[in-house]
Amino acid sequence: MKLNERSVAHYATCDSPTDHAGFLRKRVERHHHHAHHHHATSYQRRWFVLKGNLLFYFEERESREPVGLVVLEGCTVELCEAAEEFAFAIRFDDAGARAYVLVADGQAAMEAWVKALSRASFDYMRLVVRELEKQLEEACKSLAACRQSPRRSSSSSRKRHLSNPALLPLQEKPAVLENGYSTWGSGAASSAAGSLAPGLSPGMTESPVSPETACFSKLHGWYGQEIAVLRREWQERQKRGHP
Amino acid sequence: MRYNERELLSLARQPAEKAAEVLMRVPKKGSVLKKRLVKLVVNFLFYFRTDEAEPIGALLLEHCRITKEEENVFSISFIEEPERKYCFECDSEEQCQEWIEALKRASYEFMRRSLIFYRNEIQKMTGKDPLEQYGISEEARFQLGARRQ
Repeated sequence: MKLNERSVAHYATCDSPTDHAGFLRKRVERHHHHAHHHHATSYQRRWFVLKGNLLFYFEERESREPVGLVVLEGCTVELCEAAEEFAFAIRFDDAGARAYVLVADGQAAMEAWVKALSRASFDYMRLVVRELEKQLEEACKSLAACRQSPRRSSSSSRKRHLSNPALLPLQEKPAVLENGYSTWGSGAASSAAGSLAPGLSPGMTESPVSPETACFSKLHGWYGQEIAVLRREWQERQKRGHP
Repeated sequence: MRYNERELLSLARQPAEKAAEVLMRVPKKGSVLKKRLVKLVVNFLFYFRTDEAEPIGALLLEHCRITKEEENVFSISFIEEPERKYCFECDSEEQCQEWIEALKRASYEFMRRSLIFYRNEIQKMTGKDPLEQYGISEEARFQLGARRQ
């Protein structure tokens, strides 16, 4: 299968945000065509860079091109019962697929990598974005309810300066309406498959707000509970390997 | 560059955000428009021969530019080579616009920017960081300054 490798390699090394980076030792997977009785497991030290749902690895930190890429969809990250300390594995739902066994320099590094990789999937990011989108709508509504006077959204004059023309500006520029509401374009994350995030009830909008800052604490208390539930469910799904 | 092709093939079989039969032309000399099934799954666009289960190829949709070309046609190109265009001809102008919108939003980077935007707005309005509840407020991907490194 073809892949736009040149562009992918460029993405790996350009200045887009890096979610995590560091040295890891990667277990070398050998094809066992013949029975090898004395087969030592070997590891190669590589520089790993996580960008979004893509894990790149380079021969050296200064290398200009990655030697490999692991697409982090449909996988789980688990601690490893390998002979090596601080080892963890990226395993895929597809049972026949090989796992990537990686070894960190220490406990902290291992934990940081496992955490970062567990949250690397596209779906995770999409869920968080949707959640925040909702929260913002709710915050606007309760703000409008709290204060009777119209309020101009400070974000209406926001400009996004992106030096890279291929990086498109955010579609979600709010349109400020007369009564102080701001609404956002429905485009953001609305087109994705999948239902409303579990745990969120339409009843959230019926919160009694009072015209004081305490209403925001209340709001966040309620959201906090919902989000705690959500988070647990996501973590369960992550453990089960749900992409 | 090595990559886990098997997993990518598995991803191509996942439910798509969007899928359609279109005419596609790759940026290769002498290339012509060919009927293809294109399928958008997370930040990848897979393209298949219409009667095959396995994709011919995949395009990672990061740092790409989606451009409206002539009627019913849009193109995908990548920052480092803006003249190399993958062209897609749709059945209608409407379908063309739908694909353009969907593809513009398809990248992880786009979601990241949305998240940072919402986070910032919520913080400004409420004085609270909405990511704290997730315990992810410190992660690099969610920082305001994350774009420039």
